[in-house]
Amino acid sequence: MIKSFKRNIKGILIEGMTLSAALLIIAIVVVMVTVIVIGGKDQISWEFLTSFPEDGMTKGGIFPAIYGTALLVIIMSVAAVPFGTITAIYLTEYAKENSIIAKTIRFAVRTLAVIPSIIYGLFGLGFFIKFVGTNVDNTFLGGHLKWGQPNILWASLTMALLTLPVVIVSVEEALKTVPRDLRAASLALGATKWQTIWKVVIPGSISGIMTGTILAVSRGAGEVAPILFTGVAYYVATLPTSFSDQFMVLGYHIYVMTTQSANVDKTMPIQFGTTLVLLALTFILNISAIILRYRIRKKKTD
Amino acid sequence: MTKKTKKAKQSELTDSGLIDITKKKFRWSEYLAEKIIKGTAFLSITIIVLIFFFVFRESMPIFSTAKATAKTEAAMENQAEQETYGDVTDKPKVEDTQETYGEVKDVSATADSTSEAYSVSAGSGFDDNQTALKSILTKDWVPVSQKPRYGIFSLIIGTFKVTIISMLFAAPLAIMAALYTASFAGKRLKEIIKPTIEMLAGFPSVVIGFFALMVMATFLQEIFHYDTRLNSFVGGIAMGIAAIPIIFTITEDALTAVPKTFKEASLALGASKWQTAFFVILPAATPGIFAAVLLGIGRVFGETMIALMATGNAAQMDLNPFTSVRTLAATIGAEMAEVVFGDTHYNVLFLIGSLLFIFTFILNAIAEFYVKGKLMKRIQGK
Amino acid sequence: MIHEKIHTENMFLHYGSKLALNDISIQIPEKKVTAFIGPSGCGKSTFLRSLNRMNDLIDGVKIEGKILIDGINIYDNNIDVVTLRKKVGMVFQKSNPFAKSIYENVAYGPRINGVKDKKQLDEIVETALQNAAIWTEVKDRLGDSAMGLSGGQQQRLCIARTLAVNPEIVLMDEPASALDPLSTSKIEELIVQLKEKYTIVIVTHNMQQAARISDLTAFFYLGELIEFDKTKKIFTNPDKKQTEDYITGRFG
Ligand SMILES: Nc1ncnc2c1ncn2[C@@H]1O[C@H](COP(=O)(O)OP(=O)(O)OP(=O)(O)O)[C@@H](O)[C@H]1O
Ligand SMILES: [Mg+2]
Repeated sequence: MIKSFKRNIKGILIEGMTLSAALLIIAIVVVMVTVIVIGGKDQISWEFLTSFPEDGMTKGGIFPAIYGTALLVIIMSVAAVPFGTITAIYLTEYAKENSIIAKTIRFAVRTLAVIPSIIYGLFGLGFFIKFVGTNVDNTFLGGHLKWGQPNILWASLTMALLTLPVVIVSVEEALKTVPRDLRAASLALGATKWQTIWKVVIPGSISGIMTGTILAVSRGAGEVAPILFTGVAYYVATLPTSFSDQFMVLGYHIYVMTTQSANVDKTMPIQFGTTLVLLALTFILNISAIILRYRIRKKKTD
Repeated sequence: MTKKTKKAKQSELTDSGLIDITKKKFRWSEYLAEKIIKGTAFLSITIIVLIFFFVFRESMPIFSTAKATAKTEAAMENQAEQETYGDVTDKPKVEDTQETYGEVKDVSATADSTSEAYSVSAGSGFDDNQTALKSILTKDWVPVSQKPRYGIFSLIIGTFKVTIISMLFAAPLAIMAALYTASFAGKRLKEIIKPTIEMLAGFPSVVIGFFALMVMATFLQEIFHYDTRLNSFVGGIAMGIAAIPIIFTITEDALTAVPKTFKEASLALGASKWQTAFFVILPAATPGIFAAVLLGIGRVFGETMIALMATGNAAQMDLNPFTSVRTLAATIGAEMAEVVFGDTHYNVLFLIGSLLFIFTFILNAIAEFYVKGKLMKRIQGK
Repeated sequence: MIHEKIHTENMFLHYGSKLALNDISIQIPEKKVTAFIGPSGCGKSTFLRSLNRMNDLIDGVKIEGKILIDGINIYDNNIDVVTLRKKVGMVFQKSNPFAKSIYENVAYGPRINGVKDKKQLDEIVETALQNAAIWTEVKDRLGDSAMGLSGGQQQRLCIARTLAVNPEIVLMDEPASALDPLSTSKIEELIVQLKEKYTIVIVTHNMQQAARISDLTAFFYLGELIEFDKTKKIFTNPDKKQTEDYITGRFG
């Protein structure tokens, strides 16, 4: 009797403890969201979203940061999505599951996913700017400095490398949900492997490619470290119009406003507002990705 | 057209039927597609190699100067045979001697390498690099000064301090939450916990950093009454929050991957739910949990924005959790934008980057191979 | 004399180290329905798949011996597998239409063969659907998704899809096993009609079905071809005892 009672107590304790851990995490998320929403909601207005910063960024809106973020993720996706998709296609359609090549590539992809984002920034600086950019300047522009300095192209490409594993993993998961039967049907009709991939496999995993793109965009929109010294600027008075322009983004805007601005208190509402915009943006993107992925998984179990 | 040819074939119908299968066709599109896809797939590997190469390359000048020093020393030894030295260079004599003189001075300065060595700050890249290399293993991080010192010890200590704090906070929390989700939670609760964690995983680190800086720092200060508002404790907790989703997800995967038979066997033996969870499922999943923590460490170790915003960024070397620290990643993030490209400071920052890269690479490799090895053993053993 | 369409000699097939087909020698005539029967796991599907080299997709398959189609060894080096599969079409056990419209499903084969002309495609699609006896049911909704069809309709659509490529041989692996009796009888009728133009090889577990539709029947057991003869003979007076036992249900 007593023994079983003791047992029960232990059981209740353990279940209670683990439950509180789960609840604490939820609470943290809820508090963070609530604080940011409350702090930022009064700041959000059409005006704030569509106008330029004024008075040394103590007033005005964040339009250039939103625009820059959008441009960054678009260029990034154009680079990352095709490459990520093709890699995923190689892994599911061409490579043998247990071949050394496939294993090595998978290991490389997972490694890419855990390399700190600041390292990507260093790589972008060392490779894109100092190596590619400088060489382009020297060979084509007679040494005139244009590409050998930070700009939106280099920043976006750096971000593309960072988000590549996100795309690869999502697309691979989606490709695997296309039934073998369909591939067999296509091949049995005399389609070649590539025709099968192009006409059956890829159309069947469009939603997975979209999920991957959305997740990559969400990640790219929020990351700051990789672009710190590959193209982002504290303040630019005009919107970027060429690949060689510098630009503003939301995340960096938050960072500079909170840590470098002369009057942190005065810009507090803008800081909260900007954070809320960034959070809302990533939140919406993530939710849509979660829903899409949920649908794909459901399709798989059907 | 096609119809016609087919008809033509039909008329000469022989043993081989209508369709001739003996002409192996070379399909350009097929060939190209395969080559392009294969080539692209290698991109991931290539990128890693390139990252390795370029991050190292930019930190190399420090070491190559060390080699230059060695050469100078060799040159000095050869100085007895002055003619040889003169013969090799085509430069005017005056300049030649001047240069030699400079180098000799250089070497003599490093030769009596006391702390005095730092004072050779003539500004020439050579001097700077040598002293930089010497100063790396000290604790003074004073990169911008008359006599810059690049002691990364305090940065390493700071990074570890923050990492340990964050893991002490995040690992138990995430693992327990994962255990709850995998073993106890009903369907409803699961459907709240998992998306919440997924949402947290989507939080940009700059948002978490902002929250830590604006809200958490003040809140924690009121509880613990420490002096510096931003310190390794605040930074550690904030990074812990960022690491929770990683640890949770991988742990939960590991827990749910434990074969059902384990669980059923245990329950059949009369063990209760919690006993099963604690003594059967949790131990069976240890390799996975270990990997989860390693990857969590990797995440925190290289975290930049939260470190920049919440740790105070002062390179102090002590073990008090409530003092400011400067982490390796934050140092790169804060200083890279202000250095002169190609400068010693620039090279040292890349060296720090190389360290970060190697460290996370190794962590990931251990997580991968250790876990795989263990799991294989387990599967084969049973 | 009846022309021999498929001819195998001393054919062995291994999955890794497992022997799945043991010394199969068979001659299948042109424009007839040949049925493969035998207990589950005896290698019927495996044999069928090796006739259009669908086994190539499975890792670790080793094939020895000869498989001739129209006198040509299809495992020779100079064989174009893609063309072979156009010549030897296949209908699977589980209907597997693409998630495209009915029209696009049937047009898929011609399209990959380079037929672009809309009129010509329309013609091919209509003929194929008519040959597969499904035209009247779908002619008013060719643009609808194929997934909306019933199981029996989907299977006939898959047959139409195969016919649209204009093969010479059609391999069918239990094409009616997942269907209701009405759909089954429709497919059976269809098969009997198809043999005017095509050589048909069909795997079935349904003894009556084999008896009803096939001209010849082959009985497989444990990877071996036990007996192959006219269907009538197999079902009334088989040479081997195993065959008789299986057919009369006195098996095992
Ligand atoms: N991909 C494969 N890998 C390994 N072994 C296989 C594979 N496919 C089939 N086999 C084995 O080969 C043997 C023959 O299988 P096959 O599918 O050809 O039988 P079947 O006669 O079609 O059976 P059923 O009537 O159930 O369809 C079986 O023992 C099976 O386990
Ligand atoms: Mg079968």
